[in-house]
Amino acid sequence: MTSICNDALRHRSLYYIKIIGRDPLGHLHIENLVTRTLEPLNLTVAAGESVSLCGPSGCGKSLLLRAIADLDPHDGEVLLDEKACHTYRASEWRKRVGFLPAVSQWWRDSVGEHFSGDFDRQLLSTWFAALGFDESTLELPVATLSSGERQRLALLRLLVNQPQALLLDEPSAALDPENTRRVEALVADYRARSHCAAIWVSHDPKQRQRVASRHFVIKQGRLQQVEGEWN
Amino acid sequence: MELITLSAWDLSLAALLIVVLALLSFQMQLGLGRSIIIAALRTVIQLMLIGLILKLLFSTTHPGWMALVALVMLLAAGREVVVRQQRRFIGLKSFTLGTLSLFISTIVVTLLVLTVVISADPWYTPQYAIPLLGMMFGNTMNGIALGLDRLTQSAWQQRDVIEARLILGHPPQQAISDIRRDSIRSGMIPIINAMAVAGIVSLPGMMTGQILAGADPMTAVNYQILIMFMVTAGTGFGTLFAVALGSRHLFDKRERLRLDRLQKAVV
Repeated sequence: MTSICNDALRHRSLYYIKIIGRDPLGHLHIENLVTRTLEPLNLTVAAGESVSLCGPSGCGKSLLLRAIADLDPHDGEVLLDEKACHTYRASEWRKRVGFLPAVSQWWRDSVGEHFSGDFDRQLLSTWFAALGFDESTLELPVATLSSGERQRLALLRLLVNQPQALLLDEPSAALDPENTRRVEALVADYRARSHCAAIWVSHDPKQRQRVASRHFVIKQGRLQQVEGEWN
Repeated sequence: MELITLSAWDLSLAALLIVVLALLSFQMQLGLGRSIIIAALRTVIQLMLIGLILKLLFSTTHPGWMALVALVMLLAAGREVVVRQQRRFIGLKSFTLGTLSLFISTIVVTLLVLTVVISADPWYTPQYAIPLLGMMFGNTMNGIALGLDRLTQSAWQQRDVIEARLILGHPPQQAISDIRRDSIRSGMIPIINAMAVAGIVSLPGMMTGQILAGADPMTAVNYQILIMFMVTAGTGFGTLFAVALGSRHLFDKRERLRLDRLQKAVV
């Protein structure tokens, strides 16, 4: 199944060129960021790189991601491709730094009404196929979807903005192993082709190994890099 | 037609009905007996006072006095708007927001009607200006209070949805557009309904009053139509303005939803 969706992605690879042509690299740089629960924090995620983040619940992972997306007042600075957050209009910043919260919200009746703006329909149908949907999914009422389906669709809803950085808060928490792999493959592919930085929060050590090259943990309000294998 | 005046004895008979109602409430343990008595006493005292003040005002047509009366009404209505919010903005903001909206819509519409439509001489003649202002403030206050209450309550309850839309890059006013529309609707619907049933289900109080006072029914009807239009316009503009200001103040310059600017009313 994994190979099928990879094929589908490869087949449509042409469309990704548009993304690369559209904007420079997604190099995410966090400087002395202070949130309510964390000490000043520095972190650089290179364009195309993915880092994992874990820590007990309540340690401030989500607050950190919220601060990077500029949803909460905070001290310190976040730069994308060497341009500071405050130089963007906040809504523009959030389109570029795509944040996927752990629980997705839906406010209209049908799925399609949540896909706003002028997005690339063909690109979207590729992504739909990669996650086991098709275009008729857009017509479905949200109320009939399972939590796993909502979670996958929330990722696609975010990706149509073509963000240069991704902040993923347990994006596969509600998914079965097969769909987890599909999501991992899609994110890896998007990251590679659009040179997008990613911070991936996961409680599954094996998944962290699969999706990220560097690993961080939050302990007592401090961000620490974890070397070597997870136990 | 001679106006039949009411004596203290007539009013006491009516008061007896209230006392019976209060006693019944005590007996049924509705917990309303005290409120009924206190509210009834307030009605008597407040209306007596305003009667005295009006008597005084009607004898002197001075714009300064009129302005003072309008100011007192405005501040009282502004305070009432604040009190009716379950979640209100912290600090003076909740007061200034409602009062500014009240001021703009009520004053503009009332001035327009007094000078252009009724054209009394002078335009601030108290017999016209005070009742009109009173009805305008009363209704506009309802609309603004309902609209703001709905806005802050819904923003609180639907914070996750609003933030989900911000996260997707929606500008704040788009992220809160559904809530804003609902709030404006809930502020305006009562007055629209009142227009729709006027004369069929309910005989509006002002018209009834004029007819009781011996006015020709068609004159009373014309005044009532004028009042209805005025009040609806004032309520509509006031609600639109207040909800627009309020929904703006729910976000900061960085387009973040700032529910920390709200506080729950202490009941």
